[in-house]
Amino acid sequence: MGEFTVHRVRFFHYMPSGICAMAFNRRTERLAVARTDGSVELYSRTDHFFQEKVVPGRQQRSIQALCWVGKRLFGAGLSGEIAEFDLDNLRLKFSQDAYGGPIWSIVCNPQGTHLAAGCEDGTVKLFEILEDQIRFERNMGGQKGRIISLAWHSSGTKIAAGMIDMIKVFDLDSGNAVQRLLVERGSRMQQSQECVVWSVLFLSDIIVSGDSAGKVKMWDVNTGTLIKNHQVTEWDVLTLSVSQDETSLFAGTSEGTVVQFQLLDVVLGQEEKEWVRTRTFKNHTHDVIALAEADTVIISGGMDTQLVVRPLLDKLDFKSRDSSLLKILFPQRSLVSCAKKAGLLLFQYPTHLELWRLGDTEGHGPPGCILPVSRNPEKLLHLKIKGEDHVCCSAVAPCGEWIAYSTTSGIRLYRLQRDNKNVSITKVPKLPKVLRHAHQLCFSPDSSHLYGTTSSAVHVVALTSAGCKFEHSLKPKSGSTHPVRLLAVSSDGKFLASANSNSEIHIYNMHKLKAHCTVPVYRSGVSAMGIHPETNNLVIVHADHQIFEFSIEQMQYTDWSRRVQKEGLHHVWLERDTPVINVTFNPQNPNHVILHDSYMFCIIDQSLPLPDRKSQFHNQLTLKSLPEAERLKHSHAFKECKLYQPLLCVDMLENQSLVVVERPLLDITTNLPAPVRQKKFAT
Amino acid sequence: RSRIHKFLLCASGDLVKVFSTSTEEWVHVLQGHTNVVTGITLNPANQLQVYSSSADGTVRLWDFTDGILIKTFVIGYPIATLLVSNKHEGILFLVVPAKDNSNSECLQLVAAHVPKTLEQEVEVRELSSVLPNISPNPRAVGFGREGEYIASAEGLKLIVYFFRDQKPYRSVPLISSKGAKNTFTCVSCHPKDDCVATGHEDGKIRLWRNFNQKKEYTYTTLHWHHSVVNTLCFTPEGTTLLSGGIESVLVQWQYDRNSKYILPRLGGSITHISVSADGSLFTTSHSDNKITVIQSNLKVSAVIQGLVKGEAVHTDLVIDPRSKALVLNGKPGHLQFYSLQRDKQLYNLDIVQQEYIYQEGLDQYEVVKAAFDAHGSCLATVEERGKKLSDTEITLKFWDYNETAQSFVLNTTVMTPHDNRITSMCFFPTAETTMVVTTARDGCFKAWLLGQESDTENGPSWSCDFVGRYHDLQPTNCCFSADGSLLAVSFQEVITIWNPETWELLTTLCQPPGNIKDLCFGRLSCSRYLLATTTKNMLCCWNLLTCSLEWSTSIAVTLLKADPLSENMAVFTLQKEQTDLFVFKPCEPRPLFTQNALCVGEVQRAIFVPREEPLDNCDESSLWLNRSQLYFTINPVCHLLPTQAVIDDSVAVTPFYLLLGKHRQREQEMCGLPVTEQQGRLLHTAAHVLPPASFLCNMFVKSLLISQTGVKVETEPSEQQAESEKEEEESEEEMDSCDAQQDRRVQGLGVETVPLISKAQERELKKVRRTDYSWLSCLSDS
Repeated sequence: MGEFTVHRVRFFHYMPSGICAMAFNRRTERLAVARTDGSVELYSRTDHFFQEKVVPGRQQRSIQALCWVGKRLFGAGLSGEIAEFDLDNLRLKFSQDAYGGPIWSIVCNPQGTHLAAGCEDGTVKLFEILEDQIRFERNMGGQKGRIISLAWHSSGTKIAAGMIDMIKVFDLDSGNAVQRLLVERGSRMQQSQECVVWSVLFLSDIIVSGDSAGKVKMWDVNTGTLIKNHQVTEWDVLTLSVSQDETSLFAGTSEGTVVQFQLLDVVLGQEEKEWVRTRTFKNHTHDVIALAEADTVIISGGMDTQLVVRPLLDKLDFKSRDSSLLKILFPQRSLVSCAKKAGLLLFQYPTHLELWRLGDTEGHGPPGCILPVSRNPEKLLHLKIKGEDHVCCSAVAPCGEWIAYSTTSGIRLYRLQRDNKNVSITKVPKLPKVLRHAHQLCFSPDSSHLYGTTSSAVHVVALTSAGCKFEHSLKPKSGSTHPVRLLAVSSDGKFLASANSNSEIHIYNMHKLKAHCTVPVYRSGVSAMGIHPETNNLVIVHADHQIFEFSIEQMQYTDWSRRVQKEGLHHVWLERDTPVINVTFNPQNPNHVILHDSYMFCIIDQSLPLPDRKSQFHNQLTLKSLPEAERLKHSHAFKECKLYQPLLCVDMLENQSLVVVERPLLDITTNLPAPVRQKKFAT
Repeated sequence: RSRIHKFLLCASGDLVKVFSTSTEEWVHVLQGHTNVVTGITLNPANQLQVYSSSADGTVRLWDFTDGILIKTFVIGYPIATLLVSNKHEGILFLVVPAKDNSNSECLQLVAAHVPKTLEQEVEVRELSSVLPNISPNPRAVGFGREGEYIASAEGLKLIVYFFRDQKPYRSVPLISSKGAKNTFTCVSCHPKDDCVATGHEDGKIRLWRNFNQKKEYTYTTLHWHHSVVNTLCFTPEGTTLLSGGIESVLVQWQYDRNSKYILPRLGGSITHISVSADGSLFTTSHSDNKITVIQSNLKVSAVIQGLVKGEAVHTDLVIDPRSKALVLNGKPGHLQFYSLQRDKQLYNLDIVQQEYIYQEGLDQYEVVKAAFDAHGSCLATVEERGKKLSDTEITLKFWDYNETAQSFVLNTTVMTPHDNRITSMCFFPTAETTMVVTTARDGCFKAWLLGQESDTENGPSWSCDFVGRYHDLQPTNCCFSADGSLLAVSFQEVITIWNPETWELLTTLCQPPGNIKDLCFGRLSCSRYLLATTTKNMLCCWNLLTCSLEWSTSIAVTLLKADPLSENMAVFTLQKEQTDLFVFKPCEPRPLFTQNALCVGEVQRAIFVPREEPLDNCDESSLWLNRSQLYFTINPVCHLLPTQAVIDDSVAVTPFYLLLGKHRQREQEMCGLPVTEQQGRLLHTAAHVLPPASFLCNMFVKSLLISQTGVKVETEPSEQQAESEKEEEESEEEMDSCDAQQDRRVQGLGVETVPLISKAQERELKKVRRTDYSWLSCLSDS
C-alpha cells in the first residue's frame, strides 16, 4: 500500500483535565461537560457523542456546576460568579457575582424561570432568568455552613439543600427551611470528621442523598424520616443521578464505581416497591464526579479525565453501535498543526504553544525497521500565552514562518525567523479589528494569507514581510451563526471550505473572494475534511463515519462518493467508536486518502473496489499470505494500520514522510493524581 | 441434609442419620433405602415427618423422632433431587432422568401426585413433567416465595417457572466475556420477596429481581468468594443469605444491605448449608466428612466429625499405643487421631503448624510419615513439600506426650534430616532406649537418639547418633526385631542386619532378583524369622539363626503386615485387579486363612488393630482375628480420582453399611430362622468395629448355615490352597478350581436364599460399592 518514512512523535505531552461537572439537556440532547481547566465541551447525544463545541477555559476559572435552562447554559464555580456561556461565539456571555462566596451548586427550577445557587455562606440565592441576564431575587437560609448540593422538587415549591452533616428543605413560598434531615457521620472515620452531603436528589416523594460517609440515603419528604440506607462504598458518594421516570438511580463514588439502584417490586405484580441496589459498573480509576443519565445510557466522568458512556442494555432493543461502551479520552479535534514544507509541528497546550522541528534520517531499511536518526527532533519555541484565557486554536504556516493563535480575547500573529541556530519571533502588530477572536485559524498553502473565522464570517488577512493587511470578510449565504469547526484550503489556494458545528459546509473561491457553493447538509456532524491537491475534490468524514467526496469544481458529489453511499460502508468501519480527526492525501498516489482517528489510521485507495458487507475488513494479513495474482482479487479500498496508537495527529509532509503523533495512555494515567486506596484481593 | 432445631438429619449412603444438635450424638438411623439417598425434606404438612428420596426409585416418608418408616412411594426412576413445597400439598417434585432421552445425563423435573391411601407401599404413576433440562446438582433447583415459582439453573441459564402462568422465564444474560466463568452452581430463593440468589463458578453471587420481564430483569452482584460458590441458603425470615464455598468460610450476607459477616476456618470446603425452621441454627456440611452446627450469631455450637477424608493417606496407618486410636493424615498438615471403637475423631494434631491457605497449585506441606514408640509417649513425624526433587523441603519432628496437656508437644525439629525423601522410619521397639531410624533416598540411614542428660532447660532433645551406608545403595526399608537386638535395613536388593548398640554390620542377606518392597520381623515364637517382599513378586523368609533362606514363594505381594500381638502375618496380593488376602505364620509356609477376591483394586494401607479384649469364641478360620483386627484401605482402579484412597470401613461407611443392609434384608426374607447370639452381636455392633466386609459376609452366612458345612466350605479350600502354594506353577489353576468347587458346594447345599458367597453375587456387591464411591464425592453431603 505504499511505503512511508514515519516520524513517530511522542513529545507532545497532551494532558486532558479532569471532568468536574456535567449537565444533560434532554430537549436538545446535548451534554455539557466542564473540565477542571475551566473549559466546557458540548457533545451531541444523537450524533454518537460527537464533540460539537468547545468553550476554551481560563485560568482561575473552576466550574462546580452546570445547568441548562432551555438552550442556555449556565455555570458557576468557586469564583463565586454565575456565568452564562455563549454557545455561538464559544465564550462567556456574561458573568455575575452572587456575593455569597464560592458557589458549589446551581440548579434551575422545572419551569425554567429561576436559578438557585448554593453558596459558601450557607445561603441559597434565587435568581430570576431574564432575556440576557439574571437578576438576584432573594436569599434563603443564611446560617453558617456551606451548601454543597441543591435539588429542586418537580413542583417547583421546595428545594433540598445538602450541607455539612445535614440536609435542609426550603419552602419557596415562605423562604424558610421546613425540614432538617441530619446525616450521621461515618463510623469508618473518626466521629469528629464531618459528613458532607455531596449530592441530593428531590424525587416526587423521596429525597435521596449521597454523602462522604459512603452512604446513599432515602428520606421521606413529608415526615423527614430515613427510609433506606445503602452503604455503597468505604469512601465518598460524590454524585447522584436519576432517570426521568424515577425508577432508576445512579451513584458515583470515589472508588470509580457507578452503582445503580432500581425501584423494584418486592413481590412481583404487587404495588409495594423498594429501592434495591443492583448493578455496579467500574470504568473509572479515579473519583466519579459527575453523572448524567440520558434515557438508554449513563454517562460518567471524573478525575481520570475520561467520559464513559455506558449503555443500559435492558433498555436497548437491538445491538448497534450505541449498545457498546464508549470511552472518550482524546480530543475530537486536532491540537497539532503541521508545517508541511518546513517540517515543523506546532503543539497546542491550553496555556502555551510548542514548536518542534522534526528529526531527520538518511538511513534506509526494510519495512518495519527503525531508521537511525541523523538529527534529533528539536524544540524550537515555547510560547507562553499572554492573559488568562486559554488557547482555542492555533496554526503554523506551511513555510514555517508564521504562527498564529487565538484566545477568546484576541488573536496574535508572530513572524518566525530561523537562522542556523537561532530562532527569533516578532509579534506582528496591528491585526485588523474585525478579527478579534477566531474559532479556527488557517494559513494558505503559499503562506501568503491567514484565514480566521468567527461565528459569522471568514476573514482574510494578507501577510507580507512588512506586516499584515485585512483583505476581505466572507459571509455564508445562509447567514448561520454557528461556530466554524473546521477549515480546509485547497493546495492551489483557490478554494477554502469551512464546516460549522451545524454540519453546514461552505466553499469560498479565494481568488474571486466570494462564496462558491455549499455542500448539502448531512445529519451528522463533520468530524474531518480535506481538499484533494489535484482534483480539488472535498473529502468529508462525518461523526457517524460516513464518507463523502464532493467535487468543488462540478459542485456535486463524485461518482466514488455515490458508489460509497449506494453500496454502504463495511460494518467494522461503522462500529468504530472514535470519529475521524484528520484527512490528508498522498501526493505520490492521487488515489490515496489518509484518514485517522484515535486508534488507527487508514488509507483508502479509491481505485480499488469497496469491501463487501460479508468480506473480511482487516484483510492485510490474509492478503500477505496469498500469492501475488490472487491479492488483487481480494483486496479492497480500506487499509487500516493500528501500529501507532493512541493517535493525536497523522499528516503527510511534502518530502513523502508521514508524521504520527502518539500519546501513550500510560503517560496520561501516570500523570493523574493517586486514586483512593482500595484493598485488593490477595495484596 | 435437613433440619429441625433439635434434630439434624443427614443422608449418608443409603441411610438417613438423625443427630441431636445439642449433644452431637447419633440418635437414630432411618434405614430402608436400597441405594444412595439423594434428598431429604421435611414434610411441610407435618414437621415431625421427613421425606427421603433415593436412587433406588423410591420416596419414603419417615417419622424421624421415632425412626419409623411410614410410607414408601415407588416412583420407578432413580431420583436425583426431591423438593416439597407448602403450597403444593400432596405433590412431590422430583428430578428424574428424562424419559424420551436415552442419555442419562439429561434430567427433568416432574411433579408426582401422591395418592391418598393407607397402604404402606404405594406406587405413584401420575407424573407430569414441569421443566426439562435440570442440572444434576441438587442445589441448582429451588422453590420461590410460597411455592409460587421454581427456579432452576443449568449451565449458563437460569429458568424461573411460574406455576400460576405455567410459563417459564429464562434468562441468558451473562454475556460471557472471555475467561469469565459464569456458570451457575447453585440457587436459592428468597422466602418472602421475589428474589432469586444464584451462585457462580467465579465466586460471585447474583441476586435476580424482576425476572418475569423479558428484558428488564436486573441483578445485584455480591462478591466475596474467590472460587466456586458451592451452596447458598436464605434464612426463613429472608434477612440473611448464607453462602459457602471451597474456602471453608461461611459468609453471612445481610439481605438488602451491603454488609457481610464471615466465619472462617471451618475445616473442609463447605458443600451444603441448611437452616433450621426457626432460623436459629445453621448447619454446614464439609467435604472432610464433617457437620458443623452454627448458631445464628455465627458461633460454632457443635461439630460432628467423622474420619477426615483427606486427599491421600501418605502416612501409613498407625496405631497410637496410648489411646489405641488410628492415626493418619487428616486435614492438610494435620494428623488425626481417630477412635475406631467409637467412630469418632479424638483430636487433630497440627504437625505443620502453618496456616493452610486454599489455593490451587500451591505447594503445601504434607505429613508423609508418622511413627510412635512402644508406649505412645513419643511421636516422630516427617513432613515434606515440593514435588520436584530440587525444591523438596523435608522436616523431621519429634513430639513428646504431655500428660497435663493430654496432647503431643513438639520436642525437636530437624530441618532437612536427609538430602532426599525419607523412605521409612521406625522406632526402637522396647522402652529402654528411645531411638528412631530413618532411611532416605540419599543413600544413608540415620539413627536418632533422645539425649540422656538435659543440657537445656527444655529437657532432652533429639540428635543424630549414627549414619549408616551400604555400597552407595539406596535404603528402602528398616525394621527392628521384636526385642530390639537387631535392625534390618534393606538396600535395594540387599538386606543388611545391624546391631543397634554397636552399629556393627552383622550380616547381609540377599535374594535376587528384585528390590525389597517390604520388610518385617517375625514376632513372639517366630522372632527368628525375617520376611521380605520384593518387586519381582517374591515373598521370602530368612531364618536369622542360620542366616539362610527358610522358604520363599512367588506371589504378587502388594503389602505385608505383621500382627503385633501374635505371630501372624497378613499378605495382600493383587491378581487380575482383585486383591487376595493370605494370613500365615512365618514358621510354616502355609496360610492360616485365605480370602480370594477380597476387593477390587490394590490395597494401599493395612493395619492390625489390637482388640481391647481377645475374642474367645471364634471358629477356626477366624482365629487369627481374635486378638486384633485387620483394617485396610483400597485404591479402586476404576475410581474417578485414583489418588483418593477410601478408608474401607470408616470414611466410606456407606459400602459397609450397604453390605450390612443387605444382610438385614436377607434376614427379613429368612424370617423364622432363629437369630443366634452371634448374629445378634454382629448386627448390633457398630459397623466399624467389625472386621472387613467380605470376611463378615462369610462369617455371617456361616452363622446362618448349619455350622458344620460352613466350616467345611471354608477350611477345605484353604487347605488345598496351602498345598497349591507349594506347587507354584499350578497354583492359579488350582485356585480357580477351588473357587468353582466352592461355588458348587454352596449350591449343592440347596439353600437358595444363601448364595451370598458366590462370585457373581460378590461382584455385584462390589459394583454397588463402586457406584457408592462415585456418589460419595458428590452426595455424601446431600
